[in-house]
Amino acid sequence: MTTTTDLPAGRARTRTATSKQPKRQREGAAWVFLSPWVLGAAVLTLLPMAVSLYLSFTDYDLFSAPHWVGLRNYTQMFTEDPRYWRSVGTTLTYVVIAVPLQLGLALVVALALKNMKRGKGFYRSAFYAPSLLGASMSVALVWRAIFNDGGTVDHLLGTGGWVNRPGWALLAVALLTVWQFGAPMVIFLAGLQQIPGELYEAAQVDGASRWRQFLSITVPMLSPVIFFNLVLQTIQAFQVFTPAFAVSAGKGGPADSTLFYTLYLYDRGFVASHMGYASAMAWVLLLVIGAVTAVLFRTSRSWVFYASEGDR
Amino acid sequence: MTTQTSTPTRTTVSASTADARKPIAWRRVALHAGCLAALLVMLYPLAWLLATSLKPANEVIASLNLLPSHLEWSNYTTALDGVNNVSVWRLLGNSLLIAGGAVVGNVLSCSLAAYAFARLRFRFRGPLFAFMIATIMLPHHAVLIPQYIIFNKLGMVNTYWPLILPKFLATEAFFVFLIVQFMRGLPRELEEAARIDGCGPFRSFFLVILPLTRPALITTAIFTFIWTWNDFFTQLIYLFSPEKFTLTLALRSFVDASSQSAFGPMFAMSVIALLPIVLFFLAFQRFLVEGMANSGIKG
Repeated sequence: MTTTTDLPAGRARTRTATSKQPKRQREGAAWVFLSPWVLGAAVLTLLPMAVSLYLSFTDYDLFSAPHWVGLRNYTQMFTEDPRYWRSVGTTLTYVVIAVPLQLGLALVVALALKNMKRGKGFYRSAFYAPSLLGASMSVALVWRAIFNDGGTVDHLLGTGGWVNRPGWALLAVALLTVWQFGAPMVIFLAGLQQIPGELYEAAQVDGASRWRQFLSITVPMLSPVIFFNLVLQTIQAFQVFTPAFAVSAGKGGPADSTLFYTLYLYDRGFVASHMGYASAMAWVLLLVIGAVTAVLFRTSRSWVFYASEGDR
Repeated sequence: MTTQTSTPTRTTVSASTADARKPIAWRRVALHAGCLAALLVMLYPLAWLLATSLKPANEVIASLNLLPSHLEWSNYTTALDGVNNVSVWRLLGNSLLIAGGAVVGNVLSCSLAAYAFARLRFRFRGPLFAFMIATIMLPHHAVLIPQYIIFNKLGMVNTYWPLILPKFLATEAFFVFLIVQFMRGLPRELEEAARIDGCGPFRSFFLVILPLTRPALITTAIFTFIWTWNDFFTQLIYLFSPEKFTLTLALRSFVDASSQSAFGPMFAMSVIALLPIVLFFLAFQRFLVEGMANSGIKG
């Protein structure tokens, strides 16, 4: 994970100096290889970020020129728009429910499969399959039908359709995410396989219980992978869109209970043509995701353990 | 990539103590039973989808029964007619064109950038690499609106360019990172030998490195295909002519209508839309699973 650090500039220079080709020419080759990425990063990432920051201080409907309004979008968002806060609440609730459940399940299944002799490859692939299918509109539509009035969940639990009830609709979307625990599970499993078996053997000799082994060996040794999954899934969860759109037919209902942040952003920008307002929403999302990631990284120092820290 | 194959042989040793055999056998049975039960629950939505796509209209929501009283193939013939007078074949072709373009773009541009980051020396390499990694975490929405404005100014809204062009510019940093990680595992001596034989960086990239990177490139191609195929948001904002719709967007038209009579054809079309992913999954599951497993943990 700490891949950026291994480029000692000094050594690089001596290496290129000894090769026969002039340094300038070799450096030029690198930039040729890099040119598509540089163009993309400049025109499709950096410039748009700057422009969206600018637009967030304007009134802009895509047709007439942007009109500077200062902090108006932000103040309106934070103080006069209850639907905005609704979308924030919905998204945060969803992240807090879906991500721990999904990662917890992924870890449990990975632990179950870890020492399996037969069928491990089969289960691994089978549990992974929903992760690929689940992002599709097809599965989102199935979800809506299963959790609708008269759908399977209604029949089994007698709770009525979830997608028509505020609060429950959000849970239905969260369950779709939990259902897709396959991707983090596969990563957990690969991580578990890299823990040296001697550690467990030594602990067994010392008479450590399975639970003790889990807490004292598995969790610390797996912590970088847990951290990796946590960051990745959290960032993804903040941006969930397709299932929310499908479950509520694009409207975020019932009673705005599935009005996810991105759905509201889409609604403001592309349905209502308030591009300035949507840009402000996008920048707040960017800052929040940045802040959450930073907090995760900060707290990780106390619980993420890098076994090979010494030789990096 | 093939670390998986060596593990089963090792684990058999630890279980060979005779007196421990019996309880472990029971535990194993319970484990398999649990896994199979979990699988049944997980596969239920997909079984439901397949069953419903073959149900007559009056049975769709009436009961818990998965099996239809008779197979209603007309759902599929209706689905083949498509939506808004655009046939499913056209929609399928549109989806394939976008996904195919994205695959070519991503494999080409991401491998070029990855080679520079993994193997070549240039100024600002460290900071640029850090920036590239940071863009993996960048929410798409932060660049969405200006990108839309750019493509709008270029007259490319309601064409496939906004969906394909960015892939030729290595905008999906996740794949650049994936290929960088893989290339770092290749021995440097290969390029040094190639250099002594007179290969410049371009020839050694195309003749030496690229063929060896094939597993990472296949992983990139498959994931790009599936993610582009499933993508909804980008298609939703950039495409609005029905004849340019993808399967995903056509399904969206059902979302608004949502009358029960359209349920059968809607789910028949959903099956058609999922079919390529299922086929890809069955054909390439090893690459998919291991590509995911290797995506971040081999730092």
